[in-house]
Amino acid sequence: MNDRGQTAAASFSPPLPERRIVDIPAAIASPGGLVDGFFEWFGNLGIFSWQVLKAAVTPPYEWRELIRQLDEVGSKSLPLVALAGAAIGVVISLEARYSLSRFGAKSMFPATLVYSVIQVMGPVITGLVVSGRVGAGIGAELASMKVTEQIDAIEASAINPYRLLAATRILACILMLPLLTVAADGCGLLTGWFAQTLVEPLSFQQFISSGFSGATFNAFLPPTLKTAVYGLIIGLVSCFQGMRTRGGAAGVGRAATNSVVLASLFLILADVVLVKFILVFFP
Amino acid sequence: MATAYDNAMKQEAATDDSGVPFVAVENLRKVFAGRAVLDGVNLSVSRGKTLAVLGRSGTGKSVLLRLLIGLERPDSGSVCIHGQDIAGLALDQLGEIRKRIGFLFQHAALYDSLTVAENVAFPLQHHRKEMSKSEQADRVNQLLAEVGMEEDLEKMPSDISGGMQKRVGLARALALEPEILLLDEPTAGLDPISSGEIDELILKLQRERMMASIVVTHNLHSARTIANRLAILNEGKVVIQGSFEDLQQSDIGFVKEFLKQS
Repeated sequence: MNDRGQTAAASFSPPLPERRIVDIPAAIASPGGLVDGFFEWFGNLGIFSWQVLKAAVTPPYEWRELIRQLDEVGSKSLPLVALAGAAIGVVISLEARYSLSRFGAKSMFPATLVYSVIQVMGPVITGLVVSGRVGAGIGAELASMKVTEQIDAIEASAINPYRLLAATRILACILMLPLLTVAADGCGLLTGWFAQTLVEPLSFQQFISSGFSGATFNAFLPPTLKTAVYGLIIGLVSCFQGMRTRGGAAGVGRAATNSVVLASLFLILADVVLVKFILVFFP
Repeated sequence: MATAYDNAMKQEAATDDSGVPFVAVENLRKVFAGRAVLDGVNLSVSRGKTLAVLGRSGTGKSVLLRLLIGLERPDSGSVCIHGQDIAGLALDQLGEIRKRIGFLFQHAALYDSLTVAENVAFPLQHHRKEMSKSEQADRVNQLLAEVGMEEDLEKMPSDISGGMQKRVGLARALALEPEILLLDEPTAGLDPISSGEIDELILKLQRERMMASIVVTHNLHSARTIANRLAILNEGKVVIQGSFEDLQQSDIGFVKEFLKQS
């Protein structure tokens, strides 16, 4: 490459990272391929993240698209998240009552339910449900736009696709996940209490006062706010998978699947780190 | 070959108002997977002129257009738009150049979640914020009327034919009143009548707007109709560039074969 070419390569803002399709069985057969693919994927994700960050913090801001995405990620996920939270509340209620009865600790039921739902299950279930619904949606939508050259058309119209498509979706996921988690927690507590009262009457006021007695903000705020990180993971991974798609309809399907699988996997792995972080810094 | 190219370049320079071609490509090289799709391509187009780029499938014609608008970056060589090399520009700087270029994609690439009118309004909403909504709507109506699509404002792209999609794509490409128009296979996949209509439309726009245009096409008849000059690409190189008569008089084997088969 001549000097001009080198300068161009160094200073040119790279287009959406190109992807070398990593064939997993082939990669396993050749161990070097798996390692290469692993680092290539994370390297491209890093470049993509940097492009999105740069686009997100510089004007013009895409407020209208952000509001549309807040509605898409938030309002439209609410029924599903509420239902999942409600189901989890009932399950925890049934399990907790049975376990606590065995140890003669039935009085601990409200606190067990409150802590289990808000600290553990509510955030993870919300993350996984949103990952399934929104992650697949974003991955498939952007992949479809990519293979039909709509993303190229946006770029050719002098509009930054990282700003319009990726930053708005990622930000919407970050902002909406904590709110959806609160909704899931609320539904879980409500149905958990309801399931308990069917067996052994307990007033809602008594349930709440007993469940939250001695609780501090540190007990509930960090587990709820950590879902913003889940939102970042879901948005980032699904936008990345969508915007680097190649290969027509099969590529779109692959992008949707990979978005859900990878976002869910990273979300669970992140939870391990975040739980430890919260235990250390918000005891 | 060199004579025809040199003549074409002299002709371009003589007809350019400012002395600087709107589009100038020098020694452009682009490699994909170890294969040089473009290898030392030189081209230039001035205001009011149209260059048609012909060649076999897979010879890098569409890649050339993508390089011109910065959707791909060259491995070496330069792409100058209004005298400015775009290869070294950041994405937002490149945006300023792109506002002056209209691009019609091969399959129109309309936004499938937006109506016809919204597709054309899309660049205006982002780059003409000083225009009121009613002014934008008037502009959209005017653009769609220019391409004969004023009756289909509220239709979705999936509800209109390929030819109509190309027309809408052309209206969208013209929304920001570009000085340069890049057309990727504007008549591909269309019946002869629709092809002729698109050619007429492009000619009309050239007469009215005096843009510098580059048209990639397989259609020699269409190229003769709309272009002042033709260039034939083969194995990543421009084998000849000039008027249709220059091509006819060429003794290059590939050019003779190409004209014979077209």
